Amino acid sequence: MTIPDGLKYGRSHEWIRTEGDSVVVGITHYAQDQLGEVVYVELPDVGSSVAVGDELGTLESVKAVSEFLAPIAGEVLEVNTRLEDEPNLVNDDPYGDGWLVKLSGSAEGEEFLDAAGYQEFLDQESA
Amino acid sequence: MHPWVGAGPEDRRHILSELGLKSIDELFASIPAGVCVDGLDLPPARDEDWIRHTLGEMASANVAMDSIPCFLGAGVYRHVQPSIVDAVLSRAEFFTSYTPYQPEISQGTLQVIFEFQTLISRLTGLDTANASLYDGATALVEAALFSHRVLRGKRDLVVVAETIHPMYRQVLDTYAEAAGIEVAVVAPGDDGRLDPDKVRRTAGDRACCVAVQSPNFLGIVEDLPQLAAAAHDGGALAVEVVTEAVSLGLLAGGGSFGFDVVCGEAQSFGVAPGFGGPHLGFFACASKHLRQMPGRLAGETVDEDGNRAFCLTLSTREQHIRRAKATSNICTNQGLMALAATVWLEAIGGSGLRELATSCLARTEELKRRVTAVGDPWRLAYPQSPTFNEFLLVGPGSGTELVERLASEGVLAGVPTTDWGGSWPDGVLVAVTERNPATDLDALVSTLEKLS
Repeated sequence: MTIPDGLKYGRSHEWIRTEGDSVVVGITHYAQDQLGEVVYVELPDVGSSVAVGDELGTLESVKAVSEFLAPIAGEVLEVNTRLEDEPNLVNDDPYGDGWLVKLSGSAEGEEFLDAAGYQEFLDQESA
Repeated sequence: MHPWVGAGPEDRRHILSELGLKSIDELFASIPAGVCVDGLDLPPARDEDWIRHTLGEMASANVAMDSIPCFLGAGVYRHVQPSIVDAVLSRAEFFTSYTPYQPEISQGTLQVIFEFQTLISRLTGLDTANASLYDGATALVEAALFSHRVLRGKRDLVVVAETIHPMYRQVLDTYAEAAGIEVAVVAPGDDGRLDPDKVRRTAGDRACCVAVQSPNFLGIVEDLPQLAAAAHDGGALAVEVVTEAVSLGLLAGGGSFGFDVVCGEAQSFGVAPGFGGPHLGFFACASKHLRQMPGRLAGETVDEDGNRAFCLTLSTREQHIRRAKATSNICTNQGLMALAATVWLEAIGGSGLRELATSCLARTEELKRRVTAVGDPWRLAYPQSPTFNEFLLVGPGSGTELVERLASEGVLAGVPTTDWGGSWPDGVLVAVTERNPATDLDALVSTLEKLS
């Protein structure tokens, strides 16, 4: 179960990476492992605005559909269009090519975990 | 305990003692007294033979559809019923089973669903069809909600033709109100057909879909290519509703004309007209919108030995998994009736369906000619408009009066439009199928002459 340093983690298993005035959002290795093979990713419209906790889109695996939530408030700047044809990137490279959306805004003021904190959170959850 | 014999007094005592209860009443103590009935005033128990005889006598007071000339239609149609349909349908493997939660165990059920989807896909001209829905009315509702989802909930207007079956529109109104969707109704022109420009104006750029029925409630065939364009011009999806599925044997499904959804009622395919059902909804759409399609989808695959096998390809957005976020509140399909339709279509075959539809059309055209020849006070409401197997007849009196008068002469002339309202004449919808022999047509025409 990989949890890279340098990313921030949310308790609903999203990670975020700050890039200037925007943040990139994906789901963690743990989350993709729980979902199983992802067969379809539904992404938001570019330009739409979201508040913290809003549904950003859905991830469909062979047996279930789960939504992923906005970790920060902001505007959708970009979505990972490669996922339309290669949804498996979410499984294969969750912290890289399997990223989901890019949002304007920053993680300031929101409560996130660092890698160690997220590992601790997972340990507690599975305990 | 025996699996087929009910629990006897000894079994009940045993169950209660296991539960640590003293009486059946104690078992049901959680039901509030206020909602319990205290004794029912029922006649004494009767034996099976008495019941069969007595109910048989009561039933014989009804007029059976096949016993006199019958032209009832308006959304429910009589067609040939090959014996093989009921023979397959009544096999216990199909008749008593429900789609299991591990569906791949039921290969036969999945194969039937797969074949049903394939047949519906071919008939509608769209590349994806679901495993079926309850009936035509809920299929229309699902099409509206589907369109709302495809446009991401940004358009809250649904435009429907007034000439969609009034019962379907009632069901749509019920759902639309709860979903916060506005329904705008477009009346037909003087020829009983929709004016595409009027549809275009009503939809503007606010509608998520434009839904039309063809052949419509008045039996008239709509100009589907023009109507698809009218919907698409403002960015709405085009939805075709079909209530007489046999028409698809002769008229191309809307998918061929750019419609995004073709849905409706497939009762005509092997489901006999019943007193309130069962019916059979179908739903087909373009595969690019597959994820928003209501219900489930069976697919073909191979097992680990490479043999042809079937699986549930898509059910992840159904209610048992997605709960409140499911694509539909209908979490199943109309399995047995889908089986009836599949066997019926496979028995009739493609050329057979075309022959059947051609026969319906020919008989209807013959009856229209003969009714026109009878003349005053009888006339066709829309003599110039193309129909398939149904038309609106007007005469001396309201539709209800006419139906009563003709019934007293021994002819079930059709369904009166009297109680439905609508911007068309009050008359009788007359449906003609291959089940109406020439003698039926003679009987209706001579009765009209008599009542002239």
